[in-house]
Amino acid sequence: MPETETMTKVFARPRSLTEKRFTYCPGCHHGLITRILGSTIDKLGIQERTVVVAPVGCAVFAYEWFRCDGIQAAHGRAAAVATGLKRANPELVVLSYQGDGDLAAIGTAETVHAANRGEAITVIFVNNQIYGMTGGQMAPTTLDGQPTTSSPQGRDPATMGHPLRVAEMIAALEAPMYVTRQSLYDAKHITQATKAVEKALRYQVERRGYSLVEIVANCPTGWKMPPVKANEHIAATVTGVFPLGDLVDRG
Amino acid sequence: MERSIVFAGFGGQGVLLAGKILARAAMNEGLEVTWLPSYGPEMRGGTANCTVVIADEPVGSPIVDRPDVLLAMNGPSLDRFEPRVTPGGTVVVNRSLIERPLRRTDVRGVLLRANDLARELGEPRVANMVALGAVVRALEVVPLEAVQEAMAEELGAKGRERLVAVNRAALERGHGAPAAGMR
Amino acid sequence: MRQLMTGNEAMAEGAIRAGCRAYFGYPITPQNEILEYMAAHLPQAGGAFVQAESEVAAINMCYGASAAGVRTMTSSSSPGISLKLEGISYLAGADLPCVIVNVMRGGPGLGNIAPAQGDYFQATKGGGHGDYRLIVLAPSTVQESAELVGLAFDLSDRYRVPAMILADGMLGQMMEPVALPPHRDPATLPPKPWALTGAKGREPNYIASFALDPKDLRELNLRRHERYREIADREVRWEEVETGDAEVLLVAYGTMGRIAKTVVRRARGEGLRVGLLRPITLWPFPYEPIRALAERVRAVLTVELSAGQMWEDVRLAVEGRCPTPFYGEMGGVVPTPDEVLQEVKRLA
Repeated sequence: MPETETMTKVFARPRSLTEKRFTYCPGCHHGLITRILGSTIDKLGIQERTVVVAPVGCAVFAYEWFRCDGIQAAHGRAAAVATGLKRANPELVVLSYQGDGDLAAIGTAETVHAANRGEAITVIFVNNQIYGMTGGQMAPTTLDGQPTTSSPQGRDPATMGHPLRVAEMIAALEAPMYVTRQSLYDAKHITQATKAVEKALRYQVERRGYSLVEIVANCPTGWKMPPVKANEHIAATVTGVFPLGDLVDRG
Repeated sequence: MERSIVFAGFGGQGVLLAGKILARAAMNEGLEVTWLPSYGPEMRGGTANCTVVIADEPVGSPIVDRPDVLLAMNGPSLDRFEPRVTPGGTVVVNRSLIERPLRRTDVRGVLLRANDLARELGEPRVANMVALGAVVRALEVVPLEAVQEAMAEELGAKGRERLVAVNRAALERGHGAPAAGMR
Repeated sequence: MRQLMTGNEAMAEGAIRAGCRAYFGYPITPQNEILEYMAAHLPQAGGAFVQAESEVAAINMCYGASAAGVRTMTSSSSPGISLKLEGISYLAGADLPCVIVNVMRGGPGLGNIAPAQGDYFQATKGGGHGDYRLIVLAPSTVQESAELVGLAFDLSDRYRVPAMILADGMLGQMMEPVALPPHRDPATLPPKPWALTGAKGREPNYIASFALDPKDLRELNLRRHERYREIADREVRWEEVETGDAEVLLVAYGTMGRIAKTVVRRARGEGLRVGLLRPITLWPFPYEPIRALAERVRAVLTVELSAGQMWEDVRLAVEGRCPTPFYGEMGGVVPTPDEVLQEVKRLA
């Protein structure tokens, strides 16, 4: 619709996002996170130097949604790929976008060591406590007792371990500049998460070092919950296991 | 022309370095050369050996069936390599550590007390250079001066003039040691 | 002026001189000197060096650095290369250049650290998943080690196909005089318009091996295989020694290839008409030259430090034109020239 004198554009697709349609399920937080990243890239004016590293998982197509250079990494290896990009060309702003299976199970070694070296990259960690893309199997972050397709009786900590608290683990290291856990279950938390993402990217632009933003997200399809109920579940239950807030800010 | 030399001893006796210095000397003389070490766990405290092949055309095999010259710095090395020396070849035996006579009758023995001679020079660590001097003499492929130069290149950092000097003397001593006591 | 260097050092220095400006590795014997040489010298040349947390991480760092448009290398030895295979498949699938050095040791499993050639299948027939090829170069001297690394970078960039240097522990550890190739300024290398340098003044570049639609993925594969055919047509390299009147032809590569040269010399000294064909590219393999010689010789003897891996390619080349016996050693045992000569005498 053409703009007229009586209409003002107050909301638009971030310039840093392409026209390509997301492949996420309705109500999923991934789309929101992608949008937050796009608008933050716009705000910081870094679209022309940003490279998005996409994982294997629901965000496997992420590299195509940004109007930035992009690369698709092998499952779990995004932090190593990001390391290679950043070391080869320190002028790039390198954004590694990863889910919980990718980052906290198969990619644990790459995750921990990139953080421990203080690689000047920004890691966005989407913790939705499930393997969404492969059909709802148990993730390292799945809650105690939570049923999944590979833990049909619920996660039994006696044989399956407890949910892995990644932000706390990374915060124990000396090199990271900024480690935070955020959520998106209401407007207030979306605003806070947006600020955290901006800080994490700004620290990279300012050459300060490594940042990790863990985002406690939903998976309405995998959890078999309507989106509103999924958000209520995050507020009531999930944030009890994964407390929100900044863990490290050395900026 | 192609000549092959096996340097063998305990780890720490400097046989790899002796071989490397000879290889460098050969290179500086415009010859082709390979230096092949035993590597890995053998390096750490056990036996060590290296094979040097010197030729006037590109070297094919760096491993050698029948070395022309063997330097045996200790008993186990002599036991292991003596049977392989080419008939008519030379075995340089470190008499300081090896009591037994050669078993082969078809090779030439050069017996010298490398450790004792090194001690006489005031630096026990240069036994390998004393022995290398004798190898150079037996080999007759590169001049002693070239080996001394190569040694200085290999060891020569600033402030190590004394070390280079004593190694130079050790090479000379081994080179000039009477080939008496043969067999 | 010639310098006395190990094969490992020569490969590292050859890489730096070829414009390599990113290296990622992990310690494993017998190739540690490459990692150590890069740690000492690559930063001085303005390059990036990272000792990675694993071979898996190292090859994925290569994937990132290569995507950024920089000449990139990793090195390892057999068990470590097994770990890198996933990343190598991704490099191939994303059409990213990279040089991977394998200083082979005895296997399978932990095996040992002695020289072996048991990774020929892995290098030339895939190893990782999917229909891909690596350009595989097999040096046999320290001089060639320094030179082939440079060629590997050139070919890898030109065809956007990862290249492997297939060496072994003996070549890595031994020293020879080497005349090093000249330094090349990375700024003078051909541009890489596909690289991820930031979408400034152009549409974004995307690098992936991902194509969900089978028709799309088939198309990507077909285009890649056109390049493979071009490589097979243009880039076969080999050396022949005394093949003119040979009645017995040896085929051997790498360390075994240079030992075979001594075998040829000794056989000729005894009046035996023996020649050698030494493949320098293992992929593309010199099928045609071997086929041509197989028309004239009585037998083609393959000599390898394996149970007979390259032997399969030799037999594909000979296609029954003459007998194709095999002589091999495994487990890190390296036959001496005389041992091979005995085998040759049985055929001559």
